[in-house]
Amino acid sequence: MKLLVNGNDLTVNSSVNSIQQLIEHLELRNKSLIVEHNQQILKKEDHEKTIINDGDRIEIVHFVGGG
Amino acid sequence: MLTIGKYQFNSRLFLGTGKFSDFDVQKKAVEVSQTEVLTFSVRRMNIFDPNQPNFLEKIDLEKFTFLPNTAGASNAEEAVRIAKLADASGLCDMVKVEVIGCSKTLLPDPVETLKATEALLTEGFTVLPYTSDDVVLARKLEELGAHAIMPGASPIGSGQGIVNPLNLQFIIEQAKVPVIVDAGIGSPSDAALAMELGADGVLLNTAVSGADNPVQMAEAMRLAIDAGRLGYTAGRIEKKNYAVASSPKDGISVGS
Repeated sequence: MKLLVNGNDLTVNSSVNSIQQLIEHLELRNKSLIVEHNQQILKKEDHEKTIINDGDRIEIVHFVGGG
Repeated sequence: MLTIGKYQFNSRLFLGTGKFSDFDVQKKAVEVSQTEVLTFSVRRMNIFDPNQPNFLEKIDLEKFTFLPNTAGASNAEEAVRIAKLADASGLCDMVKVEVIGCSKTLLPDPVETLKATEALLTEGFTVLPYTSDDVVLARKLEELGAHAIMPGASPIGSGQGIVNPLNLQFIIEQAKVPVIVDAGIGSPSDAALAMELGADGVLLNTAVSGADNPVQMAEAMRLAIDAGRLGYTAGRIEKKNYAVASSPKDGISVGS
């Protein structure tokens, strides 16, 4: 399955089928992060139930230093 | 006590978290500043480097209120999206609207700032727009319902201090919501002056993170803001054109 994650083409195997699984696949489980799935901003509790499909656009953002 | 919407703060110093040389120095600077409000930006994560450090992991999240900014937005729509992303973190519903309209001066786009402020207020955010020192624009932002107004002292990161103290004074005089002077503060005296003019708080970043000794500068800023505030509430004397002796004229024991 091909995804576009933060502007990068990413191929994952089909066992990665939810946002939560993608986060774990990327080893970002313990990070404070925010996910946007096909332009829909997700609450943390929705990561598990949000199914991902081929061609999905996903943005994973976090807080960085800024003024 | 400083009240912004439903939030209350003892400290009148809001500290940015950008451009510190390392997290240990930053952590100490945050501590000595005694700030209760930290600003952040929202950016893409590097998904190929799960071990990248993040300042949020270094601090006790319970101790601070987070003020994410919408930096990176060049129009209202982008600012609203960034604010919603920040809100989805569940850390805070306060947002600093920052819509830059000029890449060279980093001055805010007044039209898009108004639009973004209005949209985010409708969504229920606690909205603190970063604005220029334009007096009418500040009033319009307040009329929309902004919870605080954040006029710049001078361009972001310039360290020029308060280039138009008269405008700032007008903004402070007319405002019924807190005025937080944001951007351009370079030295403790700039911060003190903002407070002496009657500002309710100061937001600064580069003045501390870019100082030779950020920890010491953080302390200096805290003291300056306290001093400026005290001076403001104490009520300064009028400026006069000529001298007025402090010592009594009678009983001088020299001469005839």
